[in-house]
Amino acid sequence: MTTNRRDFLKIAGVSALTLMTPPLILPALAGENVRLPGQDFTPAKSLTAKRWAMAVDPSKCSEGCMDCITACHAVHNVPDFRNPKDEVKWIWPEPFAAVFPESKHAYSGQALQKMRMPVMCNHCANPPCVRVCPTGATFQRPDGIVMMDYHRCIGCRLCMAACPYGARSMNYRDPRPFIAKINPNFPTRTKGVVEKCNFCEERLAKGQLPACVEACKQKALVFGDVDDPRSEIRLLIEKHFNLPRRTHLGTAPQLYYLL
Amino acid sequence: MKQHKWGLIILGLAIFAIGITFPFWYGKGKPAAPPELSLDTPAIAALTEKRCVEDTAFMRANHMKLLQAWRDESVREGLRHYTAKDGRVFEKSLTGSCIRCHENKEQFCDRCHNYVDASPSCFDCHVVPGEVKK
Repeated sequence: MTTNRRDFLKIAGVSALTLMTPPLILPALAGENVRLPGQDFTPAKSLTAKRWAMAVDPSKCSEGCMDCITACHAVHNVPDFRNPKDEVKWIWPEPFAAVFPESKHAYSGQALQKMRMPVMCNHCANPPCVRVCPTGATFQRPDGIVMMDYHRCIGCRLCMAACPYGARSMNYRDPRPFIAKINPNFPTRTKGVVEKCNFCEERLAKGQLPACVEACKQKALVFGDVDDPRSEIRLLIEKHFNLPRRTHLGTAPQLYYLL
Repeated sequence: MKQHKWGLIILGLAIFAIGITFPFWYGKGKPAAPPELSLDTPAIAALTEKRCVEDTAFMRANHMKLLQAWRDESVREGLRHYTAKDGRVFEKSLTGSCIRCHENKEQFCDRCHNYVDASPSCFDCHVVPGEVKK
């Protein structure tokens, strides 16, 4: 039997249509669904916002103060590998020239040159790390927090290459032996997982401010909802001149440095 | 010569058959002792009604599915509270809810996981408070 072109095209067409059937019958075969009741229960006490952001006033930072860093690293089980190459950083100090390299010039004042300020993940409105993550481990929440789902991180480090702020760190070794005192209320990470600042989303859910903000006695860090025109942070950044970092890259960072 | 060769082949096949079926007949009829799970913790002793988040049969069969749903919903959707079938509300948290009662991970989680040869990676990151103190 020979097949003519007309019959061949008919058979090919019908075969192509059968490809559409699995999605139609799969829901019927899926069986028990494990999404359970109670999943849209939001407790009243958690802090919520349309867009979380932070204002940093480095002029208030006293020299050598590490309160915010110590508090953050203790709460989040951040390991200290005692090796700058493997350093895991959630929040760390940098000199002005490193934070704003494009604003530095030969005649920058002494005060500015000496100034060290805390830097961390900028929770960009247009985050390049989220765009490059192949597994969706890094994602942006509706409230602006750029968050990591450590369960899905495969350690490919594309996010580290994409982040222009160096705000992401890789665990090249098992971090547990390098954590001074493990806080059981927050998970540690494993070898081969990238980590970064999460704007203390686990504390916001309990109605607490981020650990660094709470630890700062000088009130150099102000955290709040920039989308709310009457919030403290919004009034502050409207009133004072401020610089987010490397805005020309189009990442729309949400850390505002009051200078 | 020919017969001698057949004998060797049959012997070899017999040894192979015995070897490959060994796991099926060795210990047949003698069930391996099921693991003894300990519910003997102060938190469970203090409960008036000894009921987990859901009933025991459901938890035994579905705790892994429940935990995976908890994980995805709390991390990715920020929905951190679970209402059980009987209306009680729990925090969707391995360390914050489960381990509060089942703090004896070695006598509870591990015994059964070892028995069924399951190796969940939960505790690679999540911390059992009792183990920190050791």
